[in-house]
Amino acid sequence: MRTVHFDHRNHARDAAFPSPFHSRQAQHNRMKEWSRWSDYLSVPAYWCADMEYFAGRNACGVFDLTPMIKHRVSGPDALPYLNRLVTRDVAKIKPGRVGYSVWCNEQGRVLDDGTIFHFDEGDYRICSQERQIDWFLTSAQGFDVDVREETHDVAGLALQGPTSFAVLNALGLAGVETLTPFGLTTFDFAGASLTVSRTGFTGDLGYELWVDPDHAETLWDRLFEAGELHGIRAMGSQALDLLRIEAGFILAGIDFLPAWEAVRPSHTRSPFELGLGWLVNFDKGLFTGRRALLEEHERGSRYRLVKLDIAGNKPAKDAYVFGGDGKVIGTVTSAMWSPSAKASIALASVETPHGESGEELDVEIYYQRELKWHRVMARARVVDKAFWDPPRRRQTPPAKF
Amino acid sequence: MTNTGAVLIIGGGHNGLACAAYLARAGRPVTVIEAAERVGGMAATREFVTGYRASCAHLLYLLDESVAGDLSLASHGLRLAATELQTVALDPGGEHLLMAPDGLEGGGLGDRDRAAWPEYQRRMSKFAAYLGTLRSQAPPRITNRREDLLALGALAWRLRRMGRDDMREFLRIAGINIHDLLNEYFDSSLLKGALGFDAVLGAFAGPRSNNTVFTALHRRSGAGNGYSVVEGGMGAVTDALAAAATAAGATIRTGVRVQRIESDGLTVSGVELDDGERLAASTIVSNADPKTTMLKLLGARHLEAETARRFHRLRTSGCTAKLHLALDGLPEISGLAAEHLDQRLLIAPGPGYLDRAFNPCKYGEFSRQPAMEIILPSVVDPSLAPSGRHVLSAVVQYAPYRLEGGWEAGKPAFLEAILDTLEGYAPGIRPLIVGSELLTPPDIENLFGATGGHWHHAELSLDQFLMLRPAPRAAQYRMPVDGLYLCSAGCHPGGGVMGSAGRNAARAVLGGAKK
Repeated sequence: MRTVHFDHRNHARDAAFPSPFHSRQAQHNRMKEWSRWSDYLSVPAYWCADMEYFAGRNACGVFDLTPMIKHRVSGPDALPYLNRLVTRDVAKIKPGRVGYSVWCNEQGRVLDDGTIFHFDEGDYRICSQERQIDWFLTSAQGFDVDVREETHDVAGLALQGPTSFAVLNALGLAGVETLTPFGLTTFDFAGASLTVSRTGFTGDLGYELWVDPDHAETLWDRLFEAGELHGIRAMGSQALDLLRIEAGFILAGIDFLPAWEAVRPSHTRSPFELGLGWLVNFDKGLFTGRRALLEEHERGSRYRLVKLDIAGNKPAKDAYVFGGDGKVIGTVTSAMWSPSAKASIALASVETPHGESGEELDVEIYYQRELKWHRVMARARVVDKAFWDPPRRRQTPPAKF
Repeated sequence: MTNTGAVLIIGGGHNGLACAAYLARAGRPVTVIEAAERVGGMAATREFVTGYRASCAHLLYLLDESVAGDLSLASHGLRLAATELQTVALDPGGEHLLMAPDGLEGGGLGDRDRAAWPEYQRRMSKFAAYLGTLRSQAPPRITNRREDLLALGALAWRLRRMGRDDMREFLRIAGINIHDLLNEYFDSSLLKGALGFDAVLGAFAGPRSNNTVFTALHRRSGAGNGYSVVEGGMGAVTDALAAAATAAGATIRTGVRVQRIESDGLTVSGVELDDGERLAASTIVSNADPKTTMLKLLGARHLEAETARRFHRLRTSGCTAKLHLALDGLPEISGLAAEHLDQRLLIAPGPGYLDRAFNPCKYGEFSRQPAMEIILPSVVDPSLAPSGRHVLSAVVQYAPYRLEGGWEAGKPAFLEAILDTLEGYAPGIRPLIVGSELLTPPDIENLFGATGGHWHHAELSLDQFLMLRPAPRAAQYRMPVDGLYLCSAGCHPGGGVMGSAGRNAARAVLGGAKK
């Protein structure tokens, strides 16, 4: 039940507003630093991004997902609508399941990526980084479907890390152990409905919890009560970014430019160029971008998004990528020193035919030591597998760490 | 895709029939499905009062001569009852102006008007002829492919060949309004009203609206006989086209309506008729207007979202009504010799009159004093009315598609306003009226299926012309769904009984236009 009121929001004065978890975030936020994530205040790091990262890998971290843009798609034509909208076959996402997808414009360039939650027949939610309501409504012409944004109607928390299942268990969510990866179910919780999906942005065991904003603080409190002995810790966006790079997940605006924001068409990317060709289904019928993508599929793509395993320990942030002949063939989009993989890792966009698995490239890294800049050329090998992909991520029922 | 399969054509208007004839002549099995009991669409000659016949489109002036020649329309029964009609600009005071290409007569013109007339005629004819040359081909696409660049270059080259001064003048005036242009040439309000009227006829525009020079040029882009009256009404044109198509082997089915185009969004597979029958076809050409075809028959869901949006925003609101009067005898027009009643008579006595007629239309009201193009076709073709009786056929502006308060209540009042206006020029016409038919844009939509009741299927203006008509990336007759083509006035080169769109679409089907 949505009872949150927006009357107090003065958009002329403020660009960001407290999330439904704000009072609790403020208690945990020792650094008193806030950043803006779409419409909400978000915490970059509550105390120490590294400690929060390690909570995510070795215990569990709690991240406020409320600012994520959420869209509701419902009605008799919801499935055909979504199938015309996104590149993958949505019919394969059954009720009680979640699927990742991208959507494109008619040039086959990616507008954004997101997760599609299938609640019941004809009732879906799409979560995405960017606000998409204009495009989603434009695409609704000719379909018997209701499309609206519900970002402010739903409070969301990500609970990510190996002890996350144990915490939910301690919370008393009976049956949550049967949830498989990308599964979705609901529980009665403190007189409200709590939606739990086994999804996340960290490449590890983890869940996302969705509740109406009026029950947000209760959810936070109960979660921290249940997680006290399981190492639960509030996690900020800096830690999440480290976790997602290790998992090999891309971020709109960082690893690719959403096509609507591009002035130069060549700066956009197709799903193939982001390593997401597996999400493009040419057999399901028409979808926006199909014609252009089919052409690209036959002709070949210009770019390739690759994972790089880089020699040394200097994060290759914003580095140029060089081919064998010393020519610049791409740039790093995300980079870090991975404590879990014990390697300098990166995501990079390179020009084809470069980027085949196993190819040896060079990256030019600039780094500072006591305000003095240094430059190093480091060997970088293109790798296939994500840097972090533990079996516990998939194990069902999950282990109770 | 095969180029030998059967073709199904939705709609037997002049373009659908022309397309059918060209395809049948090329050896393709063709079936035309027409919803009405007879072919012709807006050109069909209809009995509106027992014994009296008229056509919604009433003058022939844009017919593509190569279509007429290729399909031997004369041998299929097309005969003209009168050609090169002169335009008479009616003056409320009875000092009417007779307009001929080579001179002006009456109307109390001054020396400047007479002196400027030949140069105005020369330039406008030259520019219109340039537009006329664009008709014979599919518009070039804006791509980097060689054939498209060459086609685009050819357009520019033809423009350049006008000569420096004329090309500059063309570029200067093509987008401006006719009122400003006319003021550069003429003083006479009556003359400017008549010339302004030709610019806004069928358009949602007044003489001060932009790109009305362009619409004026489009209107005079036909070659040949000027304004002609067809023997047997304009339906004789479509009857001749139907005869040419049938003679070439096409089948025409009337009285059945296509309900739906069957498609999975990638290709078309056939159509469903209103009686439930399904006809399989891998090639479908639609003579229905672009919005009806793409958004209703095919469905927006079978298009990529941006394509659907482009068709959706096509401007299609008509603002032109059609009046047919059955008259007991020949009316008299004050100050006009009876021998001029076989000419084209205009009620548009000044640009201000036209603008005042247009103003209410913007706010969902009809003109209290409408502008009109009037002919009495029965004067030259007695077959259209019982002996000694007459038909008055008038195109009337402005009548908004959406009238405040609705047309059911508004139509009688609009008819009164029209008759009051007519009576101002032809006192005593009312007692002659034995019956009448007034077709508002919604009536035209219901009768002929054109979205918005727009007689051009889509507003004709620079933003909906050439490679933008009916929509960018869909202007070469071939639609993004494989096997589906458009051939109506909603495509290049637009409205008016030309047959060019039908012929060009047939070429696209036969492989003249690549994907």
